[in-house]
Amino acid sequence: MTAPLDVPGSATEADPEAVLAGADRKAIQGRSLGQIAWMRLKRDKIALAGAGVIVFLVLVALFAPLIVKFLGHPPLEFHREKIDQSTLTPTGAFGGMSWDYLFGVEPLWGRDIFSRIVYGARISLLIAFLATLLSVVIGTVLGVVAGYFGGWVDTVISRAMDVFLAFPLLVFAIALAGVVPDQAFGMSGDTLRVSLLVFIIGFFSWPYIGRIVRGQTLSLREREFIDAARSLGARGPYIIFRELLPNLIAPILIYATLVIPTNILFEAALSFLGVGVRPPTPTWGGMLAEAARFYTVPHFAIFPGLAIFVTVLAFNLFGDGLRDALDPRGR
Amino acid sequence: MVTYIIRRLIGAVIMLLIVSMATFAIFFLVPQLAGATPEGMASRYVGRTATAETAKLAAERLGFNDPLVVQYGRFVKGIVAGAEYDYGPGVEECPAPCLGYSFITRQPVFPDLMNRLPITLSLAIGAAVIWVIMGVGIGVLSALRRGSVFDRAAMTVALAGVSLPIFFTGLVSLLVFSYGNPFSFAAQGGHYTTFLDSPSQWAYNLLLPWITLAFLFAATYARLTRAGMLETMNEDYIRTARAKGLRESTVVTKHGLRAALTPILTVFGLDFGLLIGGAVLTESAYSLPGLGKYAIDAIVNQDLPKVMGVTLLAALFVVVASLIVDLLYAVVDPRVRLA
Repeated sequence: MTAPLDVPGSATEADPEAVLAGADRKAIQGRSLGQIAWMRLKRDKIALAGAGVIVFLVLVALFAPLIVKFLGHPPLEFHREKIDQSTLTPTGAFGGMSWDYLFGVEPLWGRDIFSRIVYGARISLLIAFLATLLSVVIGTVLGVVAGYFGGWVDTVISRAMDVFLAFPLLVFAIALAGVVPDQAFGMSGDTLRVSLLVFIIGFFSWPYIGRIVRGQTLSLREREFIDAARSLGARGPYIIFRELLPNLIAPILIYATLVIPTNILFEAALSFLGVGVRPPTPTWGGMLAEAARFYTVPHFAIFPGLAIFVTVLAFNLFGDGLRDALDPRGR
Repeated sequence: MVTYIIRRLIGAVIMLLIVSMATFAIFFLVPQLAGATPEGMASRYVGRTATAETAKLAAERLGFNDPLVVQYGRFVKGIVAGAEYDYGPGVEECPAPCLGYSFITRQPVFPDLMNRLPITLSLAIGAAVIWVIMGVGIGVLSALRRGSVFDRAAMTVALAGVSLPIFFTGLVSLLVFSYGNPFSFAAQGGHYTTFLDSPSQWAYNLLLPWITLAFLFAATYARLTRAGMLETMNEDYIRTARAKGLRESTVVTKHGLRAALTPILTVFGLDFGLLIGGAVLTESAYSLPGLGKYAIDAIVNQDLPKVMGVTLLAALFVVVASLIVDLLYAVVDPRVRLA
């Protein structure tokens, strides 16, 4: 019998990284989950394109006044000279598109469509982000509480989530947005409508996140590191905030990214139906509603429609990529 | 099985109670929280022209000054036993399933809703047939040919489909296929013929809304079906079925699809229930006079009792749909525990 392994030198003292010495001499480093996810995400060109579009849209929304100052006209300014007064449609080809009016002008009043699209991004993204934040906060708190404490607390919260998911959401949202007067809760105008929409959308979409968080908490609760923390004397709040929440960040992030496009569509739908942010404040949904009355001017519908489509698609692509990166099982 | 059905029925009744409370809260509690006075609410209910004096009288007679519990009791009683509205100038009758009384059109809401229901129902059923066949079919094919050109193309289209709002696709479809354009084969929006009058005209008028609505849902269902099929086709019992020598088509349909379909059934029940409660966006985009359009028109006119009626009816449909799905679930998926 020969020796099972022919190891030169003192094998017991061998540096495991010495194996790499011949290759590229890089030390092996521990990689965090975030680093691994980032590496996967970097390779996903489609998701990165989505992220690029999102960053671009956020910048557009942030610098809307500046962009409009250089490339357009104030979004509420009328340009009747661009309108053929007999047909009330824009003069010039393609709905009055020119270097001066990049996307043409609206029928009837001749407002600059480009500026209104740019300003519309503000409302759309603001409401979608804030509503998502609200639903993430409610969903995470209730989901963790339900999953961690179990028992009757879990039963009550889970039933509540079932009820919310089975609600005729859109009809309720329309009713709710419709019954609130123009001045309420010490607010008025756009501030009131935006807060109202954030509340309605966020309040009705928390169960989607709540269910995920509850499920994850249920399985995490039984893991060894929670037992270890408890045996060291950690109590409820510590375990929830220091042990559970860091492990819940990945699923919360994924679903938040996937809820944002739904919320954008929701806000656009409410604005389209006339119960969102009120005109003359420009919203993409509101512009589509007006465009529906002027079907002889197709370009009026195309731009707000494309704006919604591109935004929602970008978030969907990025969300899908993020999910694949953080949770490769779902591939 | 009997206990299961009874449990589900009790659950549905509780759900209806909660929904009625939520509806009540939206129409009576929220405006008060938002700062509306009983007089203001009364004048919104009986029409905006009311003077301060008549509004006060109406608020008194309609009971807007009573405690909320009393108002809720009266609201529920109206649904079960009908109601009478004594609002000053006269007394208005609102017979048995009283889902509200419109003081603007001076009519109970329920008969209106029953007139509008067939339109929404036609829209929902036609679209549902298309989207289930298309969505599930494409989803299954995509899963079986995973990574193929077909799969990639179908999933790209599906992703675009879920990112398109229906009020945009609806508008574009009207621009392209109607309004006298070169490709115009479809009817303009706003027309509806009952099925009994002329089935062909009925289908012609609804064709465009059906396709647009179905496209949106088919995209979602294709993604869901594909994910479900990919998961089930990796299960051990699929290997077992193949090892038994069953034909591949039998394995796919009887073993794979059957298991993959159950979660889709749940989604379908909710979607369909929501849709017949008012396909608000589709009906608005195509000006179809269904329940959803009714609700939106009522909101524009501030005719709150009508909105309340649609809301309640929509909630009823969702509850009934999820009840039916729960019962079907037990039939379709033998793994469901009936206890």
